[in-house]
This record gives sequence, structure tokens and C-alpha cells, in this order.
Amino acid sequence: MSHAIEMSGITKTFPGVVANDNITLEVADGEVHALLGENGAGKSTLMSILFGAYTADSGIIRIHGTQVDIKDPNVATELGIGMVHQHFKLVHNYTVTENIVLGMEPRTRFGTVDLKAAEKQVAQLSKLYGLEVDPQARVENITVGAQQRVEILKTLYRNARIIIFDEPTAVLTPQEIDELMQILRRLTAEGKTIVLITHKLKEIKAVADRCTVLRRGKAVGTVEVASVTEQQLAEMMVGRAVQFELEKPATSIGEVVLAVRGLSVADSTGALKVKDFSVEVHRGEIVGIAGVDGNGQTELLYGLTGLSPVLAGTIMLNGVDITHASIRKRIELGLGHIPEDRQKHGLVSEFTISENCVLKDYYKAPYSNRYGLLDHRRMDVDASQLIEQFDIRAGQGSGTTAGSLSGGNQQKTVVAREINLSPSVLLVAQPTRGLDVGAIEYIRRRILDERGKGRAILLVSFELDEIMNLCDRIATISKGTLVGIFKQGEVDEREIGMMMAGSRRQREAQDVEN
Amino acid sequence: MNTFFGMIPSILMIVSPILITAVGGMICEKSGVVNIALEGLMGVGACAAAAAHVLMEAAGVGLPSIWISLAIGALIGVAFSVIHAFASISLNANQTISGTGINLLADGATIFAAQILFSADRTREFRMGMQTDSLGIYPTAYIALVVVVLAWFMLYKLPFGMHLRACGEHPHAADSVGINVKRIRYIAVLISGLLAGLAGGCIVLTQTIQYTSNTINGRGFIALAAVSFGRWRPVGVTFAAFLFGTAQAFAIIANNFPALKALPTEVFNILPYIITLIALVGFSGRNYAPQANGKVYVKGAS
Repeated sequence: MSHAIEMSGITKTFPGVVANDNITLEVADGEVHALLGENGAGKSTLMSILFGAYTADSGIIRIHGTQVDIKDPNVATELGIGMVHQHFKLVHNYTVTENIVLGMEPRTRFGTVDLKAAEKQVAQLSKLYGLEVDPQARVENITVGAQQRVEILKTLYRNARIIIFDEPTAVLTPQEIDELMQILRRLTAEGKTIVLITHKLKEIKAVADRCTVLRRGKAVGTVEVASVTEQQLAEMMVGRAVQFELEKPATSIGEVVLAVRGLSVADSTGALKVKDFSVEVHRGEIVGIAGVDGNGQTELLYGLTGLSPVLAGTIMLNGVDITHASIRKRIELGLGHIPEDRQKHGLVSEFTISENCVLKDYYKAPYSNRYGLLDHRRMDVDASQLIEQFDIRAGQGSGTTAGSLSGGNQQKTVVAREINLSPSVLLVAQPTRGLDVGAIEYIRRRILDERGKGRAILLVSFELDEIMNLCDRIATISKGTLVGIFKQGEVDEREIGMMMAGSRRQREAQDVEN
Repeated sequence: MNTFFGMIPSILMIVSPILITAVGGMICEKSGVVNIALEGLMGVGACAAAAAHVLMEAAGVGLPSIWISLAIGALIGVAFSVIHAFASISLNANQTISGTGINLLADGATIFAAQILFSADRTREFRMGMQTDSLGIYPTAYIALVVVVLAWFMLYKLPFGMHLRACGEHPHAADSVGINVKRIRYIAVLISGLLAGLAGGCIVLTQTIQYTSNTINGRGFIALAAVSFGRWRPVGVTFAAFLFGTAQAFAIIANNFPALKALPTEVFNILPYIITLIALVGFSGRNYAPQANGKVYVKGAS
């Protein structure tokens, strides 16, 4: 077996951390090789070294058998190594073609950019690898999945033989993930070698040939994917047994706490995104909203939390009409919110953990005294308690800035704050997006605990697994309308998937016509 | 109508330097660096061109003196813009503060230079400035036209322009495909210095007979406004420069219209600034600005 990549004895230290500790990685020619590890395990550092963004302190890299010195990304490109970054590096107002050829433009004999030739080349590449894109479309107008295909084409245009994918599915919908898996297979069929950085076990099982597991900067081992189970992979990654299916104790479901009737909400451009949506959430139950990203879930939450005005309908919280109440009023009446985007709506990244923990009640006792001055000592004391209670790993305790925490610990901070306010209704959006297995398990357990305490929980998630795992009732949303609402167990995953695509609604419409 | 056609040469005289400067500012912002030092760069260019012309006239250089003076003005503009480039690109300084610093520095430096050369707070008067052609139009109008066309060609047709615009929109994307962001931004800032210095020379050699601290009188800022009102595009910037420039020209020639004589001249003097303000408040769309405009670029961090 010839090797496309051989990295041996790679060590890289950053001040205070050994990110890569004597790691050896061998990737065979033409395989899909997964690099599995929790956040902070050193996957990205290792690949950044391969791509020339960092230089290793020690170790040897061989590409197709030749020892190389990759000083910067340009060298990596020349060696035929391409990278599809997690955060796309695309110029939003350039066309697909312009983005692909940027930096290596074909030229006319007058020295101008030969866009015609470029478009032709892009169309050819796109056809050859089955990566469907419109060469003339502007990148800002195409879907996230298409943007990712542009990134892949960028590497292919530069004749990459080895393509590194950094967490490629983090931003994709389930359908787009399926498409990507097919693309990966086609790329290997065309002779490319793929390195897939991920912490999602399902994807590894679906597409990878072999998998190298990293844990805390060390390579734990390389395995044939076919010969191990997801459970075993998870154990290698986390270093202990992991529970996928959480035990869900039966709770007594109480009275209605949150009642939403006929809700309509528009987005910032004025387009109606939630139409006549009704749902009720009782004490001690979790109601899940299943749907594909962009079907009105964000606007629904904005309407419920007061981030967007409600155009029609009513929202009742514990019998109080909060349809047009201010955000602070809603919080004081017992509405908690774990937002979809923790960096945008959950935390102030420049603030410390203590400050972030009191974002919603800093103006009240005990954090503000009667002269209106903040009591930082008290905040620190309480935050330290939350840090311990919620197992938030922070370098400088309550004084750590939120922005310097890992994603999982940021999410734990948000969850800690919201739970600590003991709201009667908890709106939870995408609580485990981008988190590793350990953190996912923890966050889900906490949500179930809250259910046990009698909170009413509305959970929005794009991960069907999560919905199936946690919810007592499941509502499906498509194009802003409620397609159906069912008790857990009444429908299976396949049926919900079809409803997420809006099919039930079509059938009903036909019934009406007939 | 005749009076209007009669105005055209004056309008072109006033519009040209604003347009030349605005094109420089546009190129600079397209690369991601805001250059509010345009005013000061015009000032040093104007002062250098005026001084060079006076001295060369005295030395009997004759006709080429005008063109050599313009070139000197442009080069001094480049020299001063190096400060802005170094501060904002190499040192990652705040671009507004660096630009303001240069504007203040230009005020002092020009007067200081005039004191040394001519023992006054202004340059000595030159005898003859730039001459108009048979249509009564100054060559500066043709220079401006060439500058606009060249800028459009460079930005939208040459690979260099594509790289430059990418640096202003998403420098990390540009960096990831091997484009040297800092180098391109340096070049863009120096081009804006060159054009602003050239435009300063154009003003002093067509509209007045010496450089004083009042020669530029806010036209650098008007050019800056023209960049955003023109939505960072060559045609738009040209249109904006014409709008603002015409307002200025109108202030000068308003007393040619009997009907307007009744109004105090101050009304016409503030007109261009009022129009600029209204245009900016009413029409400028933030959405059109290059996304990374004015933001410090630090390699690697995203």
C-alpha cells in the first residue's frame, strides 16, 4: 500500500499546551481517511501543519514518498494538497468562477482576466466530478451546500490530489450531508485522497475507509472503520464509555405553560417566515420542532423571545399574554432561551464568564445594589459556583473571557445561566451544534434534568436524532407552517423526514381539492 | 441654456481634481483601507506643485514646468501616503486616526515648507498657471477621464484588480489562495496618495495662483463622500464627483445669474456641502461598501 501522506513524530506546542504530541499519521493513496477527535484534541493543528499554516516543532512529512518542507499554504498547493475550510473562504460578491480561479486566473494575450476560458474550465471540472454549480452565479446567492462545492472545485482547479475537509458537515442540512458523502466517494473514485476531520461518528461509518483517533494531542490509534462499531470509536475518542441513548424517566405532564396560537412572524426583509403556527407546551414535557434549516425555526424563536415583532397570533406564558411584551418583561415572567447561535445571541465574547452569567439579571439584587452599582465580587462568587456545578473548563475561572472558551464550554456557560434563572419555559435551539460527543451527552442530560424539574421545554433542532432522543412530542415545520404534531412513538424517523419536506401538507391539499 | 454651456468648462475644472482624488480613494477602499487623509494628501500635493512651479518659473524652465510640477505634487502625495500605509497596514493602527493625523500633519507641513522657501505662510504667486485648450477646457479634465478609465480597467479587467477587490471583501480568502494582502493594500494606498497629490496640483495650477491653507478647502472630504455616494464603483463615483463638483462650480458662478443675485453668496458657498450631506444621508447604502473596508487584517485569525 503506497502512502499519499506520511506524517511521523509530529510535535507542536503552543504556549502552555502540547497540541500535537509525537503524532504519526499514515494516509493510503486513494482512501477516505477520517481524523476523529473531540474539540481541542489536535486535529485542526495537525492538518494546519500539513497545509502549511503552522510549522511543526519536530517531525517529518512525506507526500507520495518524498520528504517535504511545507512552509506556507502556497507550498502545500504546489504539492497538490487542498483544504476545504470549515468557514468558507469565499468572496461573497464574486461569481462562482471568479472565486474558483482567484489567484490563478487564466489570462488573455492582453493580460486581462479571461473569464470566458475560466467559466469553461469550471464547467468542465464541475461536470467531471459531478459537483453541480452555476459558474456565473454570485456566491452570496447560492446555498451553503453549493458554496462548499465551490470550495471543493477551488482545490480541484489547483490540481489537488489530496483534499482535507475540515468539519465539512457542520453547516449542512441532512440532504446536503448525503450529497457530500456521495461527492467524497466520487472524488476517491477519480483517484483523490481524502482526509476528513470530524467528530461525527455516523459520517465516518458512512464514508471513511480508515480512521485515526486523536485524544488530547496524542494519536490513540488507527482502525479499519468496517471492523469497529460507533460505540468503540466513541470510546477511543473520549477515553471512556459513552451513552448514546439517554434514559428518559417518565414524568408527570402538568398544565399548559406556553400556549402559542396562530403565530405569524416575518424576517428582517419583511418576508413572512412563520405562518399561523400553533403549539402548546406543558409542564414537564419536551416538545421538539423538527425541520430543515431555514424553514422558519429561527423566526419562530425570534417571535417567541421578542427579538422580532409578532405580526399575528398570541403567545401566552403562564396565562399572561406576552405577544407584545418587551424582551426583559418576558425574561422576568419566566422565559428562558438557549439560542441557536451562542456567539451571536448567547454570549458577549469579550465579557468574562461572571459577566455573561448575569447578562439577564445584572440590574437586580444581588448583583446591583440600591445605588445602581454592580457587585462584581458577588458575580464572581456565583459564577464560580456555576462553573463547578456545570463543569465548565475555564483557564482563569470566572474571570475567563467567554470568547476564549471552547465551543462546548461556551454552550455550558449559556446553559448554566439559563437554567440558573429557573425559567418556567425554556426555549432551546440547536443546543449541541458543533459540540463533541462528551459535551453533547452532558448538555442533553441537563435538558432532561430540567424536564424532570417540571420545566416546559421547546426544543428546535435540525438533528433528527436529537429530537427523537429527547422529545415527548414532536412538531414538524415546513416553510413556516406546522405540518403535524405527534406523540413520541406514533411516527418513525422516515415519516418525520417526509413531513419535514412538507409532504403531509401536500397530501392534505390534494384531499381538499378532491 | 447658453449660460449652462458656458458653465461646462468651469464645472470640469472643479470636478476634475475631486474625481481624480475620489478614484484614488475608491481604489484604496476597494482594497480594504479607508483613506480619510485624502484632504491632507491633496494639500501636500498642491503645495509641492505650487512651490515647484514658482521656483521653476523663476529659473526660466518654461512650458514643461507645469507638468513637472504636477508630477512632483503626485510624488509628494505618494510619500505622505506611505505614513498611512505603514501605520494602518504594517502596524495595524486605527485607520481613522492615522488619516486624521496626516490631515493635521499636512496643514502644518505645508505652511512650514512655505515659511522655509518663501518666508510666508503661503507659496509665492506664480505668473502663469495651466492653460485651457481651444474649447476653454483645462487638460486636467482629460487627465481625470484617463484616470477613471484606467482605474475601471485595472479593477475589473486585470488579475491585479480582482486580487485587490478580494482583499477588500474577504482578505482571508485572498490570503488562502496565495495573494499577498499587505502588498496589495500598500500599492492601493500609494495609488490613492499619487492621485490625491496629482489632484492637489491640478487645483492649484488651474483654480488659483498660489497655495494657501485654504486651497483645498474640504474637497478631499467631498471626494471621500463621492466614493461612498458613488457606491464604490467607477461610474457611480464619477457621477457623484460631478454632482458635488457642479454644486461647487455653481457657488462660484451663481452671480452670473441675475435672478440669484438677490441671495447672499454665503448661501451658494454652503450649497455643495449641504448637497453632499443630503446625498450621503439620503442615498448612501452601507451594503455596497467592501466588507472588510477599514478593518485591520491579521493573518491567520478569522
